[in-house]
Amino acid sequence: MSAWRFAVSVMPRPGILDPQGRAVESALPQLDAASVHGVRVGRRIELTVEAGSEGEARAVVERLATDLLANPLVEDWQVALL
Amino acid sequence: MKVGVVVFPGSNCDRDALHAARLAGAEAELLWHDDPDLRGADAVILPGGFAHGDYLRSGAIARFSPIMGAVREHAARGGLVLGICNGFQVLTEAGLLPGALLRNASLRFEHGWVDVLAERTDTPFTAHVPAGGVLRMPIAHGEGCYFLPDDELDALESRGQVLFRYAASSNRNGSLRDVAGVISERGNVAGLMPHPERAAERLLGSDDGMLLMRSLVESVARTGVAA
Repeated sequence: MSAWRFAVSVMPRPGILDPQGRAVESALPQLDAASVHGVRVGRRIELTVEAGSEGEARAVVERLATDLLANPLVEDWQVALL
Repeated sequence: MKVGVVVFPGSNCDRDALHAARLAGAEAELLWHDDPDLRGADAVILPGGFAHGDYLRSGAIARFSPIMGAVREHAARGGLVLGICNGFQVLTEAGLLPGALLRNASLRFEHGWVDVLAERTDTPFTAHVPAGGVLRMPIAHGEGCYFLPDDELDALESRGQVLFRYAASSNRNGSLRDVAGVISERGNVAGLMPHPERAAERLLGSDDGMLLMRSLVESVARTGVAA
């Protein structure tokens, strides 16, 4: 058994209203950054999995991403090995 | 006739729901989320609040509470389940109702009285609501913006699963097509963002919520759907 640490990034799916992103974007003119747009806010979850192989560990993370960490109806997710 | 009101860590409308169920003539008991047993409840209410602090997404963690297995089995047997506000969010996360409740489009926590139209009065949750009647109930939520992809929303409407809609100017969270509450295809699981249990007595500003509570209690008493 070894341990692998992953980061799961969860983002609102394209086309889904993202009020948090909109709120952040509304502050940008005050920062002389009015040229910045397309702000989207998601979340990042880091976790460690003990498993026999990286593939096995990744499969566990992908199951958790689908069942708990993201809501596939409104969010996309990506897994990255740290 | 017994109503079970589930208490998650962070529920805060559980006692109001208990009170309203008793006012409607039911025996009612609080059920702890960690106990996978409905204790003989004939109908289950998932109350409002902030289960598990609403961390990750509203309802996402509550969905995996041990009692949810029993709630799922109860629903599969045709038993009645009503989710109010946070309870509605739990039911969508659990896949017992379609859709998702997103952060309010207004960027604000929305609270206050709203007018809600019952689209159907032939369900166990709305049998007492006069046809075309407007229900005045409070809302209090940060994540109540109902979402379902357009084509699925079309299908939902054509199957008559939109149970409640916000009346004109009452849609303060940006819900698609003014959806305030939905019902399962089988008609025994329903959820809504407004709070019927907070509109249970005139003293509170409205007792319209009792139309829903009485519908629920009397439907079970009449049909005797057992847990």
